Amino acid sequence: MARAVLTQADIQRALTRISHEILESNRGGSDLVILGIPTRGVILARRIAETIARIEPDAAPVPVGSIDVTMYRDDLSRTRTRTPQPTEVPAGGIDGRTVVLVDDVLYSGRTIRAAFDALSDLGRARAVRLAVLVDRGHREFPIRADFVGKNLPSSHDERINVRLVETDGDEGVAIETADGEGEAR
Amino acid sequence: MSERHLIVGAQLPNGERLDLLLEGGRIAELGTGLDARGAERVDAEGLVVLPGLVDLHTHLREPGYEQSETVLTGTRAAAAGGFTAVFAMANTSPVADTAGVVEQELSLGRAAGYATVQPIGAVTVGLAGERLAELGAMAQSRARVRVFSDDGFCVHDPLLMRRALEYVKAFGGVIAQHAQEPRLTEGAQMNEGALSGELGLAGWPAVAEESIIARDVLLAEHVGSRLHVCHVSTAGSVEVIRWAKARGIDVTAEVTPHHLLLTEDRVASYDPRFKVNPPLRRAEDVEALRAALADGTIDIVATDHAPHPVEAKEGEWDASANGMVGLESALSVVHRTMVEPGRLDWADVARVLSQAPARIGRLAGQGGAIELDAPAELVLYDPSATGEFGLERLAGRSTNSPYLGETLPGSVRWTFHQGYATVRDGEVREAAEVAGLAAAAGSADG
Amino acid sequence: MNHLLGTRELSREQAVELLDIAEDMAAVQEREVKKLPTLRGKTVVNLFFEDSTRTRISFEAAAKRLSADVINFSAKGSSVSKGESLKDTAQTLQAMGADGVVIRHPASGAPLTLATSGWIDAGVVNAGDGTHEHPTQALLDAFTMRRRLHGAASRGRGLDGARVLIVGDVLHSRVARSNAWLLPALGAEVELVAPPTLLPVDTRRWPVTTSYDLDEALGRRPDVVMMLRIQAERMHGAFFPNSREYARTWGLDDARFDALPDTTMVMHPGPMNRGLEIAARAADSPQSTVREQVANGVSVRMAALYLLLSGERGAAA
Ligand SMILES: [Zn+2]
Repeated sequence: MARAVLTQADIQRALTRISHEILESNRGGSDLVILGIPTRGVILARRIAETIARIEPDAAPVPVGSIDVTMYRDDLSRTRTRTPQPTEVPAGGIDGRTVVLVDDVLYSGRTIRAAFDALSDLGRARAVRLAVLVDRGHREFPIRADFVGKNLPSSHDERINVRLVETDGDEGVAIETADGEGEAR
Repeated sequence: MSERHLIVGAQLPNGERLDLLLEGGRIAELGTGLDARGAERVDAEGLVVLPGLVDLHTHLREPGYEQSETVLTGTRAAAAGGFTAVFAMANTSPVADTAGVVEQELSLGRAAGYATVQPIGAVTVGLAGERLAELGAMAQSRARVRVFSDDGFCVHDPLLMRRALEYVKAFGGVIAQHAQEPRLTEGAQMNEGALSGELGLAGWPAVAEESIIARDVLLAEHVGSRLHVCHVSTAGSVEVIRWAKARGIDVTAEVTPHHLLLTEDRVASYDPRFKVNPPLRRAEDVEALRAALADGTIDIVATDHAPHPVEAKEGEWDASANGMVGLESALSVVHRTMVEPGRLDWADVARVLSQAPARIGRLAGQGGAIELDAPAELVLYDPSATGEFGLERLAGRSTNSPYLGETLPGSVRWTFHQGYATVRDGEVREAAEVAGLAAAAGSADG
Repeated sequence: MNHLLGTRELSREQAVELLDIAEDMAAVQEREVKKLPTLRGKTVVNLFFEDSTRTRISFEAAAKRLSADVINFSAKGSSVSKGESLKDTAQTLQAMGADGVVIRHPASGAPLTLATSGWIDAGVVNAGDGTHEHPTQALLDAFTMRRRLHGAASRGRGLDGARVLIVGDVLHSRVARSNAWLLPALGAEVELVAPPTLLPVDTRRWPVTTSYDLDEALGRRPDVVMMLRIQAERMHGAFFPNSREYARTWGLDDARFDALPDTTMVMHPGPMNRGLEIAARAADSPQSTVREQVANGVSVRMAALYLLLSGERGAAA
């Protein structure tokens, strides 16, 4: 059982709004670094960087990269072995900059906690912000997103399925009732 | 104290079904519808009766390696496998290279009472391959040694081998050669071939066996003596022996049950239970050995029963000991590899596992025909039984059998030695009981 | 992956995955903070029954950079050589709570015995067994080749079409065996060149070709020339007449090296016998990957330890 909650157009509108909010809170695009968390967070990060470039065509492009948190997870020995993804930090690094972490779904907060550890091994950011497409609640850590595409209160046995054109061929967000397949996220 | 048994309806090797009355250590009556006359009745419906099996190649480990096996435990294993006589190899500690050691071995066997223990004497002092042992003294001792072997080592010095072959002619002896060219097998761990290269184990090439056999048959021909080749393991060795026999050379040869059944592929597990010397060979070799046993090129099956304690057979391959226990499983393996495919019948089995080994070893009172007044040395075997070969089938001190967990046919139901049962309805009898029966039989002998 | 015992049982997919993870690990090695918290709380035992400082240090660095606790158990000269068995040692490690055991052993198959005996629950990494396998060495060789061939675009790729010549004592070389299985699985063509005495008697089942003439083989323009170490004890086994004849016939001397295109990679698992199987000029040239191989060794071993020790034990990977 799947229930569509965001269309492709909804996703694009949400990202546009997030991009505006980032610029607003940062007072412009300077000293920003956008880092996506693999896999879909990286795509969303790139889209946000592109949107910012359209909003402020005259400013220098905002550096965008990826940060894999696999090696920093606290649940590695509880699941099957995860395949890590590349971490790509833009040339200028993160020291003294405001880092915006981007992920598709915010749930327990464990991924973001791991991302903080990963970030601190890469350098000392001036500030760290968090942007997510969907916040589904059920936090297990005192973590809150600064920029949220859509709040989707859900129950534990539901699954939020985010599909993006780049990875999945089509696009949309749906809530699926767990049928025992796949891991809830 | 002496036991009397009436075996009812056993199938003889020639296919006849008869009753046998065992009395006074002999086959007292043979016929149909025999009267028990107070003898214990043994229902042999569906069982094959064979002359008691004779193993020309057993390592009993006593004296010196009693943690692996003793004369008592080794002959208990023999009885469990249907054997009534074993030839005990000389590589004990001290080595059986004097009359004293072989007579001690003989006495231990008589006292245990499970089977006749016929000592084999060493060819060279301490198996060192340097000087001849006192072959004549061993031959003239109470043990009446006729088979001499440095088994475990090859008598590789050609001059020593020649002299040994010549010397034992004086008393009808035979040299049983462990054919292994030592320089070609330094550090060898398994059959040399494609698999050894892949597993990174040092190779034991077939030519190291074949070249020694070729040399020895020519020496035997030259000096007109008798040669026995232990544990033939390769197709090439079979060819050499076939050639020698055709030429009229007085050579006999044995194959082990494991070389008839198992191939080198087992080594890929690095499970040391499959480590043996000579090593397990290729499937082509196994086929050649079966064919040679069927056509008489290979005369006998001998177990090379080689017990080792657990710790010698559970570590890394290189450090593990060579050898497998084989007495308890030999008849089942011959059944599986030779009888089931129709290459040997039960009369042939009696020949290769009893009559021929007794003849090669010049052992009186064993390996005879099943006939009136013959010694009551018999085994009753159930060929229809089948099951997993488990630890409960092992009756010796060691458990290094390569067949544990395998399904093998057949089961030894009764073994009779000197007229008394050493195995009763599938159960090996208590040592004290058997020793008592043996003592009584011995005093009856005079 | 529960154990890494050899390359023979690795599929192309598994090998590429490991090499890709090694790329991630290599990236970490270029940062200022070279350590990852991944294996915090895990214990890795380096169980070395044979001296090899180089390999032990490489595994030790790999484990420490993943934050594992490392215990070095040098079994040479300890109670082991006084008769303590592999089993006793394994049970000691089990009692110590080892999560991973890196074993180097002079007997072929010892790592398999350790992994399958039931004596320990730990994941076992073969760090070289007898003349059998040395999988992490072959993996780091493949990693090094892939980086030289494909650079930053290495991820996800094999070694398709690469032609690799392995020269020397194949018979006694676990490195040669592991490469002979791994490189063809990754799509490379492998040729073994050696005196006939130093090739196994029958290599028809190996996914490689063999030949005896080094100059002819070099004339076929391989992309990689891997020189194997000649052990001193081979001089006494009548494998070849003497070291001079060996060097002249099967060594990568200056003349042979100079005739190679400067794109040919020159590899050696180390330690090198300069002047015997490889001349100094070849060993020190930019074509030589010897120093990269050392650095890449740590990345590949980190990847192996990660794959073995990070997941739930026994869960399908
Ligand atoms: Zn032998």
